[in-house]
Amino acid sequence: MNLLNYTLKYLSITLLVVISIWAFFFYFNMIDEIMDSIDDGLRNDKILVINKVESISTTIERAGFRDHNYSIVQIKEKQGLDYKDVYKDTLMYTLNEKDLEPFRLLTTAFRHDNKYYELKVVASTVEQDDLVRELFYGLVWLYVVILISVFVINNWLLRKIWIPFYLLLDRLKAFRLDRDKGIKTAETSVKEFKELNETVSSLVEQTVGTYSSQKQFIENAAHEIQTPLAISLNRLELLAENEDLSDNHLEAIGRVIRTLERLTRLNKSLLLISKIENRQYGELESVSVNALVKMLVVEFSDFADLKNITIALEESGRIEASMNKDLAAILVSNLLKNAIAHNINAGKISVRINSHSLIIANTGMLSPLNPLKIFKRFEKDSATQESTGLGLAIVKAIIDLYGYKLSYSFAHQQHQMIIDFK
Amino acid sequence: MKILVVEDEIDLMEIIQQSLEKENYVVETAGAYSNALDKITSFEYDCILLDIMLPGGSGFELLEELKRIGKSDNVIIISAKDSLEDKLKGLNMGADDYLVKPFHIAELTARIKSVLRRKSLNGKNIIKLADLSINLEEREVLIKGTAILLNRKEFDILSYLIVNKNRLVNKAALAEQVWGDYMDQADDYEFIYSQIKNLRKKLKENESGLEIQAVYGIGYKLVAL
Repeated sequence: MNLLNYTLKYLSITLLVVISIWAFFFYFNMIDEIMDSIDDGLRNDKILVINKVESISTTIERAGFRDHNYSIVQIKEKQGLDYKDVYKDTLMYTLNEKDLEPFRLLTTAFRHDNKYYELKVVASTVEQDDLVRELFYGLVWLYVVILISVFVINNWLLRKIWIPFYLLLDRLKAFRLDRDKGIKTAETSVKEFKELNETVSSLVEQTVGTYSSQKQFIENAAHEIQTPLAISLNRLELLAENEDLSDNHLEAIGRVIRTLERLTRLNKSLLLISKIENRQYGELESVSVNALVKMLVVEFSDFADLKNITIALEESGRIEASMNKDLAAILVSNLLKNAIAHNINAGKISVRINSHSLIIANTGMLSPLNPLKIFKRFEKDSATQESTGLGLAIVKAIIDLYGYKLSYSFAHQQHQMIIDFK
Repeated sequence: MKILVVEDEIDLMEIIQQSLEKENYVVETAGAYSNALDKITSFEYDCILLDIMLPGGSGFELLEELKRIGKSDNVIIISAKDSLEDKLKGLNMGADDYLVKPFHIAELTARIKSVLRRKSLNGKNIIKLADLSINLEEREVLIKGTAILLNRKEFDILSYLIVNKNRLVNKAALAEQVWGDYMDQADDYEFIYSQIKNLRKKLKENESGLEIQAVYGIGYKLVAL
């Protein structure tokens, strides 16, 4: 939900509640005020009628709702003495509406010539259902007009005032740590956006700084760790060329060399992962996955032949991926290597490429692997001592870098790795 | 043949020196920029191994000086920097080759020999060893004058072993050379063995005086019987 709809949603709910409550109080206040005013009028009418009775003697006989807005009826003295003014709502037939309409009725009593009379005075009042209806429609219109104004004003505000914000958002989206040195922000007079721009700029600056020092560190680590390793290996190789050595010595040297080579591989893999995760593989190019897979299947045939493994390649589509060429090769070769290394003797590997995914399935252990664990670092089955346990972690890092999808499944006694390039 | 090794890391310099002396080269060393500059300007070398990061200056400056006096064509840069820019810079400045550290000694030997061959044989890339002659350009192998048929990998292994004759070549170095980068992470190098087996068979069938010896799980060695 974008900012515009969000404000609109909350405003519309709040306004609805506020306007409803307000309408409720407003209605009762207004009715009260109207009644008060009508009752004042009735009281005045009462005085006028009583005065009229005093001055014109025939008033009492002529009174009646047929001709006037009052009626006079004689009552007993006892009744007249106890009489109190009563205001109430009533319905009367009106000629113009030809229907019963609401009226306000004042019932009171007065004394004239020692006789007591009951006086009823009426005044037309508001039709409450009409009032409610009118009020309701009025408020609905108000509500709609307010919402439309909010929408229009908000829209305009978002377009005008929020420009720097959306510009910043676009630039942040396009920002690449391995390529950009900093971020350019737009001029703005809004204090919050100014602050946002400054904060983002300094954050980006810091991140770029950290990134480059991290990069430096990785380069140094490669230099510092690999060189002594290589020197140790080279020295051992020179030592192994010594003619005086016995077979036992040579065998021991061979073991140390193998261990050091494992350490070298481990170091290389770790550096590779951190290089991928630090996005230091910049240059993208269009890589034909089909051609790459074909080439690597041939390259790995020696490796596969050792275990009498057959590799079948099946292409039902073409994939062109925009990625770093070296990483693409590492991705596919790690998967192929895995499929061979964890295979059984005379096993099978089937490589399938369709229009959007690469599927590598292989025979191997008869039970499925734990899909939550296999892509973690140093997760390996104990059977293969020499493996670094980083092969699939590297694959995962590459997949994550490019936003592809990687999944594992076990079907028809085969372990399947699926890369979705979409 | 005289080779100058410009490298500030004493350990690595020693190894390179020892290894090259086994190949009967005369090896001189320089551990710093000024030292190297003196030797470059005063003496003639058949090949110069040049590190880029040196105390007192950069290998690129030395390379510039070499180019100025017309001696840059036999330089092999050895650097820990694996970036494409550095490689291009080095090669554009006239270096003959660029080797990224760490490297296998066998690989260094092969590169040095390639530079030397180019210099001395007028571009003819033929190596003769005992009764075998191998043409690296035509990818042709003759034993006692008879051509023998090798597949690409067998040829690559054989030529690498011949360049490093009588030396122990590590399996990892061999795998990297012949199978490329994809195999350097391979957990074992058993797959090399089947190719070696085929090569041995072909050498034997043609009664060659050369033999590939296995050295205790470490690697292989080509010797003339």
